[in-house]
Amino acid sequence: MTAAAAPARTDLDLPLDVDTIVVRDLVKRYRGAELNAVDGISLNVRAGELFALLGPNGAGKTTTISILTTTLAPTSGVALIGGHDLATDPSAVRRTVGIIFQKPSLDLNLTAEENVRLHAILYGLFPYRPFFQLMPIGYRDRVRELSAILGIEREMFKAVKTFSGGMKRKLEIVRSLMHRPRVLFLDEPTSGLDAASRRALWDYLREVRADTKATVFLTTHYLDEAEDADRICILDKGRIVAEGTPAAVKQDLTHEYLVVDAADRDALRRELTARGIGHRETPLFEIPLDHVGAHALLKSIDTPLVTVRTVAPSLEDAYLKVLARS
Amino acid sequence: MIAAGELHSVLALAQRDLTKLLRDRARLITTVIFPFIFIGALGGTLSASFGRAPGFDFLTLTFTGVYAQTLFQSTAMGMISLVIDRENDFSQELFIAPVSRYTIIAGRILGETLVALPQALAILAFGLVIGIHISLPQLAGLIGTGIIVAFFGGAFGVLVLAFLNNQRAANQIFPFIFLPQFFLAGVFTPIQVLPWYLEIPSRIAPLRYAVDFVRGVFYAGTSDYDHVVLQDPVANFAVIGPAFLVCLVIGTFFFVRAERNR
Repeated sequence: MTAAAAPARTDLDLPLDVDTIVVRDLVKRYRGAELNAVDGISLNVRAGELFALLGPNGAGKTTTISILTTTLAPTSGVALIGGHDLATDPSAVRRTVGIIFQKPSLDLNLTAEENVRLHAILYGLFPYRPFFQLMPIGYRDRVRELSAILGIEREMFKAVKTFSGGMKRKLEIVRSLMHRPRVLFLDEPTSGLDAASRRALWDYLREVRADTKATVFLTTHYLDEAEDADRICILDKGRIVAEGTPAAVKQDLTHEYLVVDAADRDALRRELTARGIGHRETPLFEIPLDHVGAHALLKSIDTPLVTVRTVAPSLEDAYLKVLARS
Repeated sequence: MIAAGELHSVLALAQRDLTKLLRDRARLITTVIFPFIFIGALGGTLSASFGRAPGFDFLTLTFTGVYAQTLFQSTAMGMISLVIDRENDFSQELFIAPVSRYTIIAGRILGETLVALPQALAILAFGLVIGIHISLPQLAGLIGTGIIVAFFGGAFGVLVLAFLNNQRAANQIFPFIFLPQFFLAGVFTPIQVLPWYLEIPSRIAPLRYAVDFVRGVFYAGTSDYDHVVLQDPVANFAVIGPAFLVCLVIGTFFFVRAERNR
Protein backbone atom coordinates (compact mmCIF):
# COMPACT_ATOMS: atom_id res chain seq x y z
CA MET A 1 0.00 0.00 0.00
CA THR A 2 2.08 2.88 -1.18
CA ALA A 3 -0.60 5.29 -2.19
CA ALA A 4 0.67 8.83 -1.84
CA ALA A 5 -0.99 10.34 1.20
CA ALA A 6 -2.50 13.78 0.97
CA PRO A 7 -0.36 16.42 2.66
CA ALA A 8 -1.11 16.86 6.34
CA ARG A 9 -3.33 19.80 7.20
CA THR A 10 -1.82 22.49 9.35
CA ASP A 11 -4.50 25.15 9.21
CA LEU A 12 -6.03 24.22 12.54
CA ASP A 13 -4.79 25.95 15.64
CA LEU A 14 -2.57 23.21 17.05
CA PRO A 15 0.74 21.81 15.84
CA LEU A 16 0.24 18.33 14.47
CA ASP A 17 3.59 17.06 15.72
CA VAL A 18 2.16 17.45 19.20
CA ASP A 19 -1.46 16.51 18.59
CA THR A 20 -2.19 13.20 16.92
CA ILE A 21 -5.94 13.66 17.03
CA VAL A 22 -7.53 17.04 16.43
CA VAL A 23 -11.31 17.33 16.46
CA ARG A 24 -13.24 20.53 15.84
CA ASP A 25 -16.98 21.06 16.21
CA LEU A 26 -17.83 17.46 15.40
CA VAL A 27 -21.55 16.80 14.98
CA LYS A 28 -23.40 13.60 14.18
CA ARG A 29 -27.14 13.26 13.85
CA TYR A 30 -28.38 9.83 12.82
CA ARG A 31 -31.01 9.59 10.13
CA GLY A 32 -34.45 10.16 11.59
CA ALA A 33 -33.09 11.21 14.99
CA GLU A 34 -34.30 14.40 16.65
CA LEU A 35 -31.15 15.01 18.66
CA ASN A 36 -27.46 15.01 17.82
CA ALA A 37 -25.64 11.88 19.01
CA VAL A 38 -22.46 13.95 19.00
CA ASP A 39 -23.13 17.63 19.51
CA GLY A 40 -20.24 19.86 18.54
CA ILE A 41 -17.31 18.35 20.39
CA SER A 42 -13.74 19.62 20.03
CA LEU A 43 -10.74 17.89 21.53
CA ASN A 44 -7.02 17.24 21.04
CA VAL A 45 -5.10 14.12 21.87
CA ARG A 46 -1.35 14.43 22.02
CA ALA A 47 1.09 11.92 20.57
CA GLY A 48 1.72 9.04 22.93
CA GLU A 49 -1.10 9.94 25.31
CA LEU A 50 -3.58 7.58 26.88
CA PHE A 51 -6.81 9.51 26.39
CA ALA A 52 -10.04 8.24 27.94
CA LEU A 53 -13.47 9.23 26.69
CA LEU A 54 -16.04 8.56 29.39
CA GLY A 55 -19.78 8.84 29.56
CA PRO A 56 -22.98 6.92 30.21
CA ASN A 57 -24.66 4.73 27.61
CA GLY A 58 -25.80 6.84 24.68
CA ALA A 59 -23.41 9.67 25.47
CA GLY A 60 -21.85 9.47 21.99
CA LYS A 61 -18.60 7.64 22.74
CA THR A 62 -18.92 4.89 20.15
CA THR A 63 -20.31 7.33 17.60
CA THR A 64 -17.21 9.50 18.10
CA ILE A 65 -14.87 6.54 17.68
CA SER A 66 -16.78 5.34 14.62
CA ILE A 67 -16.36 8.75 13.01
CA LEU A 68 -12.67 8.99 13.92
CA THR A 69 -12.02 5.56 12.43
CA THR A 70 -13.87 6.46 9.19
CA THR A 71 -16.64 3.87 9.53
CA LEU A 72 -19.29 6.56 10.06
CA ALA A 73 -19.68 9.87 8.25
CA PRO A 74 -20.05 12.96 10.46
CA THR A 75 -22.88 15.41 9.87
CA SER A 76 -20.43 18.31 10.19
CA GLY A 77 -17.11 19.22 11.73
CA VAL A 78 -13.45 18.52 11.07
CA ALA A 79 -11.22 15.77 12.39
CA LEU A 80 -7.57 15.04 11.68
CA ILE A 81 -5.72 11.88 12.66
CA GLY A 82 -1.96 12.16 12.37
CA GLY A 83 -2.51 15.22 10.21
CA HIS A 84 -4.76 13.38 7.75
CA ASP A 85 -8.22 14.77 7.20
CA LEU A 86 -10.97 12.19 7.67
CA ALA A 87 -13.03 13.76 4.92
CA THR A 88 -10.39 14.04 2.22
CA ASP A 89 -7.91 11.27 3.03
CA PRO A 90 -9.71 8.45 4.83
CA SER A 91 -7.32 5.86 3.42
CA ALA A 92 -4.31 7.48 5.13
CA VAL A 93 -6.32 7.66 8.36
CA ARG A 94 -7.09 3.93 8.12
CA ARG A 95 -3.40 3.12 7.75
CA THR A 96 -2.63 5.22 10.81
CA VAL A 97 -5.15 3.73 13.22
CA GLY A 98 -5.92 0.39 14.76
CA ILE A 99 -9.17 -0.34 16.53
CA ILE A 100 -10.66 -2.78 18.95
CA PHE A 101 -14.38 -2.47 18.42
CA GLN A 102 -16.94 -2.54 21.22
CA LYS A 103 -18.51 -5.67 19.73
CA PRO A 104 -16.01 -8.29 18.57
CA SER A 105 -15.46 -7.93 14.86
CA LEU A 106 -14.18 -11.38 14.02
CA ASP A 107 -15.25 -14.01 11.50
CA LEU A 108 -16.24 -16.85 13.79
CA ASN A 109 -16.05 -19.43 11.00
CA LEU A 110 -12.37 -18.77 10.37
CA THR A 111 -9.48 -19.71 12.59
CA ALA A 112 -7.77 -17.04 14.64
CA GLU A 113 -4.78 -17.07 12.30
CA GLU A 114 -7.03 -16.75 9.23
CA ASN A 115 -8.64 -13.66 10.77
CA VAL A 116 -5.22 -12.16 11.39
CA ARG A 117 -3.98 -13.11 7.91
CA LEU A 118 -6.97 -11.47 6.23
CA HIS A 119 -6.27 -8.28 8.20
CA ALA A 120 -2.55 -8.33 7.34
CA ILE A 121 -3.27 -8.71 3.63
CA LEU A 122 -5.99 -6.04 3.60
CA TYR A 123 -3.52 -3.65 5.22
CA GLY A 124 -0.96 -4.46 2.53
CA LEU A 125 1.54 -5.78 5.07
CA PHE A 126 2.10 -9.10 3.32
CA PRO A 127 1.19 -10.64 -0.05
CA TYR A 128 -1.71 -13.06 -0.36
CA ARG A 129 -0.92 -16.70 0.25
CA PRO A 130 -3.61 -19.35 0.74
CA PHE A 131 -1.98 -21.01 3.76
CA PHE A 132 -0.11 -19.91 6.89
CA GLN A 133 2.87 -22.08 5.95
CA LEU A 134 3.19 -20.24 2.64
CA MET A 135 3.12 -16.77 4.22
CA PRO A 136 6.43 -14.87 4.46
CA ILE A 137 8.57 -15.61 7.50
CA GLY A 138 8.05 -12.06 8.76
CA TYR A 139 4.33 -12.67 9.03
CA ARG A 140 4.70 -16.02 10.74
CA ASP A 141 7.16 -14.59 13.26
CA ARG A 142 4.92 -11.63 14.07
CA VAL A 143 1.87 -13.84 14.57
CA ARG A 144 3.85 -16.17 16.84
CA GLU A 145 5.33 -13.23 18.76
CA LEU A 146 2.03 -11.44 19.37
CA SER A 147 0.06 -14.59 20.15
CA ALA A 148 2.75 -15.75 22.58
CA ILE A 149 2.67 -12.43 24.42
CA LEU A 150 -1.09 -12.78 24.86
CA GLY A 151 -0.87 -16.49 25.62
CA ILE A 152 -3.07 -17.67 22.75
CA GLU A 153 -0.41 -19.25 20.53
CA ARG A 154 -1.95 -22.71 20.94
CA GLU A 155 -5.38 -21.43 19.90
CA MET A 156 -4.28 -19.57 16.76
CA PHE A 157 -5.29 -22.41 14.46
CA LYS A 158 -8.64 -23.10 16.07
CA ALA A 159 -11.98 -21.70 14.86
CA VAL A 160 -12.82 -18.44 16.61
CA LYS A 161 -16.33 -19.71 17.41
CA THR A 162 -14.71 -21.93 20.07
CA PHE A 163 -13.10 -18.92 21.81
CA SER A 164 -14.16 -17.38 25.10
CA GLY A 165 -14.90 -13.64 25.28
CA GLY A 166 -11.47 -12.96 26.72
CA MET A 167 -9.69 -14.88 24.00
CA LYS A 168 -11.64 -13.04 21.31
CA ARG A 169 -10.52 -9.75 22.84
CA LYS A 170 -6.92 -10.91 22.88
CA LEU A 171 -7.19 -11.99 19.27
CA GLU A 172 -8.56 -8.59 18.32
CA ILE A 173 -5.58 -6.99 20.01
CA VAL A 174 -3.16 -9.24 18.12
CA ARG A 175 -4.93 -8.33 14.91
CA SER A 176 -5.11 -4.60 15.58
CA LEU A 177 -1.38 -4.43 16.33
CA MET A 178 -0.27 -6.29 13.20
CA HIS A 179 0.15 -3.08 11.21
CA ARG A 180 1.80 -1.22 14.12
CA PRO A 181 -0.74 1.62 14.27
CA ARG A 182 0.29 5.04 15.57
CA VAL A 183 -3.11 5.50 17.11
CA LEU A 184 -5.00 2.71 18.82
CA PHE A 185 -8.73 3.14 19.43
CA LEU A 186 -10.11 0.91 22.17
CA ASP A 187 -13.90 1.00 22.38
CA GLU A 188 -14.75 -0.53 25.76
CA PRO A 189 -12.08 -3.19 25.28
CA THR A 190 -12.72 -4.98 28.55
CA SER A 191 -16.50 -5.06 28.52
CA GLY A 192 -17.73 -8.57 29.23
CA LEU A 193 -14.37 -9.78 30.54
CA ASP A 194 -13.79 -11.27 33.98
CA ALA A 195 -11.49 -9.51 36.43
CA ALA A 196 -8.46 -11.68 35.65
CA SER A 197 -8.82 -11.18 31.90
CA ARG A 198 -9.26 -7.43 32.39
CA ARG A 199 -6.07 -7.21 34.39
CA ALA A 200 -4.12 -9.34 31.90
CA LEU A 201 -5.37 -7.21 29.04
CA TRP A 202 -4.32 -3.98 30.69
CA ASP A 203 -0.93 -5.36 31.66
CA TYR A 204 -0.39 -6.14 28.01
CA LEU A 205 -1.71 -2.80 26.77
CA ARG A 206 0.72 -1.03 29.11
CA GLU A 207 3.54 -3.03 27.56
CA VAL A 208 2.31 -2.12 24.09
CA ARG A 209 2.24 1.56 24.97
CA ALA A 210 5.70 1.39 26.43
CA ASP A 211 7.07 -0.44 23.38
CA THR A 212 5.31 1.34 20.55
CA LYS A 213 4.67 4.80 22.04
CA ALA A 214 1.28 4.53 20.35
CA THR A 215 -1.41 7.03 21.17
CA VAL A 216 -4.33 5.28 22.82
CA PHE A 217 -7.88 6.61 22.60
CA LEU A 218 -10.03 4.67 25.06
CA THR A 219 -13.70 4.54 25.91
CA THR A 220 -14.68 2.58 28.97
CA HIS A 221 -17.36 2.11 31.59
CA TYR A 222 -14.77 1.08 34.16
CA LEU A 223 -13.64 4.29 35.82
CA ASP A 224 -10.64 2.61 37.45
CA GLU A 225 -9.27 1.96 33.95
CA ALA A 226 -9.45 5.67 33.22
CA GLU A 227 -7.52 6.56 36.40
CA ASP A 228 -4.31 5.69 34.51
CA ALA A 229 -5.15 7.97 31.59
CA ASP A 230 -3.06 11.02 30.90
CA ARG A 231 -6.24 12.94 30.21
CA ILE A 232 -9.93 12.21 30.32
CA CYS A 233 -12.96 13.72 28.67
CA ILE A 234 -16.48 13.14 29.97
CA LEU A 235 -19.29 13.17 27.42
CA ASP A 236 -22.96 13.46 28.22
CA LYS A 237 -25.72 13.70 25.62
CA GLY A 238 -23.11 14.23 22.93
CA ARG A 239 -21.40 17.17 24.65
CA ILE A 240 -18.17 17.47 26.61
CA VAL A 241 -19.02 18.21 30.23
CA ALA A 242 -15.55 17.83 31.81
CA GLU A 243 -12.02 17.53 30.50
CA GLY A 244 -8.50 17.37 31.93
CA THR A 245 -6.17 15.06 33.79
CA PRO A 246 -7.93 12.62 36.12
CA ALA A 247 -6.38 14.45 39.09
CA ALA A 248 -7.54 17.84 37.86
CA VAL A 249 -11.08 16.63 37.17
CA LYS A 250 -11.23 15.06 40.62
CA GLN A 251 -9.81 18.16 42.25
CA ASP A 252 -12.30 20.42 40.53
CA LEU A 253 -15.27 18.36 41.54
CA THR A 254 -14.46 16.49 44.72
CA HIS A 255 -12.45 16.98 47.87
CA GLU A 256 -10.42 14.80 50.17
CA TYR A 257 -11.85 14.65 53.68
CA LEU A 258 -11.21 13.24 57.11
CA VAL A 259 -13.72 10.96 58.81
CA VAL A 260 -13.66 10.91 62.60
CA ASP A 261 -15.91 9.77 65.42
CA ALA A 262 -15.79 9.80 69.20
CA ALA A 263 -17.41 7.87 72.04
CA ASP A 264 -18.62 11.24 73.36
CA ARG A 265 -20.10 12.58 70.14
CA ASP A 266 -21.62 15.65 71.82
CA ALA A 267 -18.19 16.68 73.08
CA LEU A 268 -16.67 16.24 69.61
CA ARG A 269 -19.47 18.24 68.02
CA ARG A 270 -19.02 21.07 70.55
CA GLU A 271 -15.26 21.13 70.08
CA LEU A 272 -15.40 21.21 66.28
CA THR A 273 -17.92 24.04 66.39
CA ALA A 274 -15.92 25.95 68.95
CA ARG A 275 -12.74 25.67 66.89
CA GLY A 276 -14.55 26.70 63.69
CA ILE A 277 -13.78 23.42 61.96
CA GLY A 278 -16.39 22.95 59.23
CA HIS A 279 -17.88 19.48 59.16
CA ARG A 280 -20.98 17.49 58.41
CA GLU A 281 -22.40 14.42 60.12
CA THR A 282 -23.28 11.42 57.91
CA PRO A 283 -23.59 10.21 60.83
CA LEU A 284 -19.77 10.11 61.25
CA PHE A 285 -18.03 13.48 61.25
CA GLU A 286 -16.66 14.40 57.79
CA ILE A 287 -14.13 17.24 57.81
CA PRO A 288 -12.90 18.63 54.42
CA LEU A 289 -9.12 18.72 54.01
CA ASP A 290 -9.09 21.67 51.63
CA HIS A 291 -6.56 23.88 53.34
CA VAL A 292 -5.21 21.83 56.16
CA GLY A 293 -3.37 18.54 56.46
CA ALA A 294 -4.91 15.56 58.24
CA HIS A 295 -2.08 15.42 60.76
CA ALA A 296 -2.42 19.07 61.81
CA LEU A 297 -6.16 18.73 62.06
CA LEU A 298 -5.98 15.65 64.27
CA LYS A 299 -3.45 17.34 66.55
CA SER A 300 -5.88 20.18 67.09
CA ILE A 301 -8.70 17.92 68.34
CA ASP A 302 -8.64 17.10 72.06
CA THR A 303 -11.75 14.88 72.26
CA PRO A 304 -10.67 11.22 72.33
CA LEU A 305 -11.43 9.72 68.90
CA VAL A 306 -12.50 6.15 68.20
CA THR A 307 -12.56 6.39 64.42
CA VAL A 308 -10.07 8.13 62.16
CA ARG A 309 -9.65 7.73 58.43
CA THR A 310 -9.03 9.88 55.37
CA VAL A 311 -11.12 9.50 52.23
CA ALA A 312 -9.68 10.34 48.79
CA PRO A 313 -12.51 10.51 46.23
CA SER A 314 -12.14 8.33 43.18
CA LEU A 315 -12.58 9.31 39.58
CA GLU A 316 -15.93 7.55 39.79
CA ASP A 317 -17.06 10.03 42.46
CA ALA A 318 -16.07 12.91 40.21
CA TYR A 319 -17.68 11.27 37.20
CA LEU A 320 -20.99 10.80 38.98
CA LYS A 321 -20.87 14.38 40.18
CA VAL A 322 -20.28 15.64 36.65
CA LEU A 323 -23.20 13.67 35.29
CA ALA A 324 -25.49 14.74 38.11
CA ARG A 325 -24.57 18.35 37.45
CA SER A 326 -25.02 18.13 33.67
CA MET B 1 2.18 -1.71 -6.07
CA ILE B 2 -1.28 -0.36 -5.36
CA ALA B 3 -2.86 -2.65 -7.95
CA ALA B 4 -0.94 -5.62 -6.56
CA GLY B 5 -2.05 -4.82 -3.03
CA GLU B 6 -5.66 -4.54 -4.12
CA LEU B 7 -5.42 -7.82 -6.04
CA HIS B 8 -4.02 -9.59 -2.97
CA SER B 9 -6.93 -8.20 -0.96
CA VAL B 10 -9.45 -9.45 -3.53
CA LEU B 11 -7.92 -12.94 -3.37
CA ALA B 12 -7.86 -12.98 0.45
CA LEU B 13 -11.50 -11.91 0.63
CA ALA B 14 -12.49 -14.50 -1.97
CA GLN B 15 -10.70 -17.25 -0.07
CA ARG B 16 -12.64 -16.34 3.04
CA ASP B 17 -15.96 -17.08 1.33
CA LEU B 18 -14.74 -20.34 -0.17
CA THR B 19 -13.27 -21.47 3.17
CA LYS B 20 -16.58 -20.82 4.89
CA LEU B 21 -18.45 -22.89 2.31
CA LEU B 22 -16.05 -25.82 2.54
CA ARG B 23 -16.41 -25.86 6.33
CA ASP B 24 -20.20 -25.81 6.17
CA ARG B 25 -21.11 -29.34 5.03
CA ALA B 26 -24.86 -28.84 5.30
CA ARG B 27 -24.72 -25.78 3.06
CA LEU B 28 -22.41 -27.56 0.65
CA ILE B 29 -24.80 -30.49 0.29
CA THR B 30 -27.98 -28.43 -0.06
CA THR B 31 -26.52 -26.04 -2.62
CA VAL B 32 -25.48 -28.97 -4.78
CA ILE B 33 -28.73 -30.91 -4.46
CA PHE B 34 -31.15 -28.09 -5.33
CA PRO B 35 -30.22 -27.80 -9.05
CA PHE B 36 -30.54 -31.59 -9.39
CA ILE B 37 -34.19 -31.29 -8.53
CA PHE B 38 -34.71 -28.70 -11.23
CA ILE B 39 -32.89 -30.56 -13.95
CA GLY B 40 -33.85 -34.09 -12.98
CA ALA B 41 -37.46 -33.58 -12.02
CA LEU B 42 -38.58 -30.66 -14.16
CA GLY B 43 -36.36 -31.20 -17.18
CA GLY B 44 -36.91 -34.95 -17.07
CA THR B 45 -40.67 -34.54 -16.88
CA LEU B 46 -40.81 -32.08 -19.75
CA SER B 47 -38.47 -34.18 -21.83
CA ALA B 48 -40.54 -37.31 -21.21
CA SER B 49 -43.69 -35.46 -22.25
CA PHE B 50 -42.40 -33.64 -25.29
CA GLY B 51 -39.17 -35.40 -26.31
CA ARG B 52 -37.83 -33.59 -29.37
CA ALA B 53 -41.28 -32.56 -30.58
CA PRO B 54 -40.61 -28.79 -30.40
CA GLY B 55 -37.40 -29.22 -32.46
CA PHE B 56 -34.95 -29.43 -29.56
CA ASP B 57 -34.28 -31.56 -26.46
CA PHE B 58 -36.08 -30.22 -23.40
CA LEU B 59 -33.65 -31.80 -20.98
CA THR B 60 -30.70 -30.03 -22.58
CA LEU B 61 -32.61 -26.76 -22.62
CA THR B 62 -33.39 -27.11 -18.93
CA PHE B 63 -29.83 -28.17 -18.17
CA THR B 64 -28.31 -25.08 -19.75
CA GLY B 65 -30.98 -22.84 -18.23
CA VAL B 66 -30.52 -24.17 -14.73
CA TYR B 67 -26.73 -24.02 -15.10
CA ALA B 68 -26.85 -20.30 -15.93
CA GLN B 69 -29.59 -19.56 -13.42
CA THR B 70 -27.76 -21.36 -10.61
CA LEU B 71 -24.52 -19.48 -11.13
CA PHE B 72 -26.27 -16.13 -11.50
CA GLN B 73 -28.58 -16.61 -8.55
CA SER B 74 -26.04 -18.27 -6.27
CA THR B 75 -23.60 -15.39 -6.62
CA ALA B 76 -26.32 -12.75 -6.38
CA MET B 77 -27.82 -14.26 -3.24
CA GLY B 78 -24.35 -14.94 -1.88
CA MET B 79 -23.88 -11.19 -1.68
CA ILE B 80 -26.34 -11.26 1.22
CA SER B 81 -23.21 -12.18 3.16
CA LEU B 82 -22.37 -8.46 2.97
CA VAL B 83 -25.46 -7.74 5.04
CA ILE B 84 -24.77 -10.69 7.33
CA ASP B 85 -21.28 -9.31 7.93
CA ARG B 86 -22.83 -5.97 8.81
CA GLU B 87 -25.19 -7.63 11.29
CA ASN B 88 -22.34 -9.70 12.78
CA ASP B 89 -20.18 -6.58 13.13
CA PHE B 90 -17.54 -8.01 10.81
CA SER B 91 -18.09 -5.43 8.08
CA GLN B 92 -16.51 -2.75 10.30
CA GLU B 93 -13.25 -4.72 10.18
CA LEU B 94 -13.47 -4.79 6.37
CA PHE B 95 -14.50 -1.20 5.88
CA ILE B 96 -11.81 0.18 8.15
CA ALA B 97 -9.13 -1.47 6.03
CA PRO B 98 -7.12 0.91 3.83
CA VAL B 99 -8.27 -0.64 0.56
CA SER B 100 -10.71 0.59 -2.03
CA ARG B 101 -14.38 -0.14 -1.31
CA TYR B 102 -14.55 -1.54 -4.85
CA THR B 103 -11.79 -3.97 -3.92
CA ILE B 104 -13.85 -5.23 -1.00
CA ILE B 105 -16.94 -5.72 -3.16
CA ALA B 106 -14.90 -7.29 -5.98
CA GLY B 107 -13.37 -9.70 -3.48
CA ARG B 108 -16.82 -10.70 -2.28
CA ILE B 109 -18.09 -11.21 -5.84
CA LEU B 110 -15.07 -13.39 -6.67
CA GLY B 111 -15.59 -15.28 -3.41
CA GLU B 112 -19.23 -15.98 -4.14
CA THR B 113 -18.29 -16.99 -7.68
CA LEU B 114 -15.92 -19.56 -6.20
CA VAL B 115 -18.71 -20.65 -3.87
CA ALA B 116 -20.98 -21.17 -6.89
CA LEU B 117 -18.38 -23.25 -8.74
CA PRO B 118 -18.93 -26.52 -6.82
CA GLN B 119 -22.58 -26.21 -7.77
CA ALA B 120 -21.64 -25.63 -11.39
CA LEU B 121 -19.36 -28.66 -11.40
CA ALA B 122 -22.08 -30.77 -9.81
CA ILE B 123 -24.57 -29.67 -12.46
CA LEU B 124 -22.11 -30.51 -15.22
CA ALA B 125 -21.48 -33.94 -13.73
CA PHE B 126 -25.19 -34.52 -13.28
CA GLY B 127 -25.81 -33.48 -16.89
CA LEU B 128 -23.36 -36.08 -18.12
CA VAL B 129 -24.94 -38.74 -15.88
CA ILE B 130 -28.43 -38.14 -17.25
CA GLY B 131 -27.14 -38.39 -20.82
CA ILE B 132 -26.70 -34.82 -21.99
CA HIS B 133 -24.08 -34.75 -24.69
CA ILE B 134 -21.40 -32.18 -23.91
CA SER B 135 -18.42 -31.90 -26.26
CA LEU B 136 -15.10 -30.53 -25.02
CA PRO B 137 -15.58 -27.14 -26.75
CA GLN B 138 -19.06 -26.98 -25.22
CA LEU B 139 -17.61 -27.80 -21.80
CA ALA B 140 -15.05 -25.02 -22.16
CA GLY B 141 -17.83 -22.68 -23.28
CA LEU B 142 -19.98 -23.58 -20.28
CA ILE B 143 -17.14 -22.93 -17.85
CA GLY B 144 -16.14 -19.63 -19.47
CA THR B 145 -19.66 -18.26 -19.79
CA GLY B 146 -20.51 -19.62 -16.34
CA ILE B 147 -17.79 -17.53 -14.71
CA ILE B 148 -18.95 -14.40 -16.56
CA VAL B 149 -22.56 -15.06 -15.56
CA ALA B 150 -21.53 -15.57 -11.92
CA PHE B 151 -19.71 -12.22 -11.87
CA PHE B 152 -22.77 -10.59 -13.44
CA GLY B 153 -25.00 -12.14 -10.78
CA GLY B 154 -22.70 -10.87 -8.02
CA ALA B 155 -22.81 -7.31 -9.30
CA PHE B 156 -26.60 -7.54 -9.65
CA GLY B 157 -26.79 -8.80 -6.06
CA VAL B 158 -24.75 -5.84 -4.79
CA LEU B 159 -27.09 -3.44 -6.57
CA VAL B 160 -30.15 -5.04 -4.95
CA LEU B 161 -28.51 -5.21 -1.52
CA ALA B 162 -27.42 -1.59 -1.62
CA PHE B 163 -31.01 -0.65 -0.88
CA LEU B 164 -31.76 -3.26 1.78
CA ASN B 165 -31.01 -2.78 5.45
CA ASN B 166 -30.98 -6.29 6.83
CA GLN B 167 -30.79 -9.98 6.12
CA ARG B 168 -34.50 -10.51 6.68
CA ALA B 169 -35.41 -7.95 4.04
CA ALA B 170 -32.88 -9.49 1.67
CA ASN B 171 -34.27 -12.99 2.16
CA GLN B 172 -37.76 -11.71 1.39
CA ILE B 173 -36.85 -9.57 -1.60
CA PHE B 174 -34.50 -11.92 -3.43
CA PRO B 175 -37.04 -14.71 -4.14
CA PHE B 176 -39.47 -12.01 -5.25
CA ILE B 177 -36.87 -10.76 -7.71
CA PHE B 178 -35.72 -14.17 -8.95
CA LEU B 179 -38.83 -16.29 -9.21
CA PRO B 180 -40.43 -14.28 -12.05
CA GLN B 181 -37.07 -14.25 -13.84
CA PHE B 182 -37.05 -18.07 -13.96
CA PHE B 183 -39.94 -17.84 -16.43
CA LEU B 184 -39.15 -14.48 -18.03
CA ALA B 185 -35.59 -15.62 -18.79
CA GLY B 186 -36.66 -18.99 -20.17
CA VAL B 187 -34.76 -21.11 -17.70
CA PHE B 188 -37.12 -24.10 -18.11
CA THR B 189 -39.11 -23.25 -21.18
CA PRO B 190 -38.35 -21.50 -24.46
CA ILE B 191 -39.36 -17.84 -24.70
CA GLN B 192 -39.00 -17.35 -28.44
CA VAL B 193 -42.58 -16.18 -28.56
CA LEU B 194 -44.00 -14.15 -25.71
CA PRO B 195 -47.04 -11.85 -25.49
CA TRP B 196 -46.04 -8.19 -25.35
CA TYR B 197 -46.88 -7.85 -21.65
CA LEU B 198 -44.32 -10.58 -20.87
CA GLU B 199 -41.85 -9.58 -23.57
CA ILE B 200 -41.23 -6.20 -21.91
CA PRO B 201 -40.35 -7.51 -18.41
CA SER B 202 -38.42 -10.35 -20.05
CA ARG B 203 -36.17 -7.88 -21.83
CA ILE B 204 -35.58 -6.05 -18.55
CA ALA B 205 -34.71 -9.25 -16.64
CA PRO B 206 -30.90 -9.59 -16.31
CA LEU B 207 -31.18 -13.37 -16.07
CA ARG B 208 -32.55 -13.50 -19.63
CA TYR B 209 -29.20 -12.30 -21.01
CA ALA B 210 -27.23 -14.60 -18.69
CA VAL B 211 -29.20 -17.70 -19.74
CA ASP B 212 -29.18 -16.81 -23.42
CA PHE B 213 -25.44 -16.04 -23.29
CA VAL B 214 -24.69 -19.51 -21.94
CA ARG B 215 -27.03 -21.18 -24.44
CA GLY B 216 -25.66 -19.13 -27.33
CA VAL B 217 -22.18 -20.50 -26.71
CA PHE B 218 -23.36 -24.03 -25.84
CA TYR B 219 -25.62 -24.45 -28.87
CA ALA B 220 -23.26 -22.69 -31.33
CA GLY B 221 -23.00 -24.70 -34.53
CA THR B 222 -25.82 -27.09 -33.64
CA SER B 223 -29.16 -27.56 -35.37
CA ASP B 224 -31.00 -26.60 -32.17
CA TYR B 225 -29.42 -23.12 -32.08
CA ASP B 226 -32.21 -21.34 -33.95
CA HIS B 227 -34.93 -23.01 -31.88
CA VAL B 228 -33.37 -22.18 -28.52
CA VAL B 229 -31.12 -19.11 -28.69
CA LEU B 230 -32.67 -15.64 -28.69
CA GLN B 231 -29.74 -13.57 -29.88
CA ASP B 232 -26.04 -13.80 -30.69
CA PRO B 233 -23.73 -14.34 -27.68
CA VAL B 234 -21.80 -11.21 -28.66
CA ALA B 235 -25.01 -9.21 -28.40
CA ASN B 236 -25.69 -10.75 -24.99
CA PHE B 237 -22.18 -9.95 -23.82
CA ALA B 238 -22.66 -6.38 -25.05
CA VAL B 239 -25.52 -6.18 -22.56
CA ILE B 240 -23.89 -8.14 -19.73
CA GLY B 241 -20.56 -6.25 -19.74
CA PRO B 242 -21.93 -2.71 -19.33
CA ALA B 243 -24.71 -3.94 -17.02
CA PHE B 244 -22.06 -5.59 -14.81
CA LEU B 245 -20.13 -2.33 -14.53
CA VAL B 246 -23.23 -0.25 -13.88
CA CYS B 247 -24.48 -2.66 -11.18
CA LEU B 248 -21.03 -2.83 -9.57
CA VAL B 249 -20.39 0.91 -9.49
CA ILE B 250 -23.88 2.01 -8.47
CA GLY B 251 -24.33 -0.89 -6.06
CA THR B 252 -20.99 -0.31 -4.34
CA PHE B 253 -21.58 3.43 -4.11
CA PHE B 254 -24.96 3.06 -2.45
CA PHE B 255 -23.92 0.13 -0.26
CA VAL B 256 -20.92 2.03 1.12
CA ARG B 257 -23.00 5.15 1.52
CA ALA B 258 -25.58 3.20 3.51
CA GLU B 259 -22.75 1.75 5.60
CA ARG B 260 -21.29 5.17 6.53
CA ASN B 261 -24.34 7.46 6.40
CA ARG B 262 -26.51 6.00 9.11
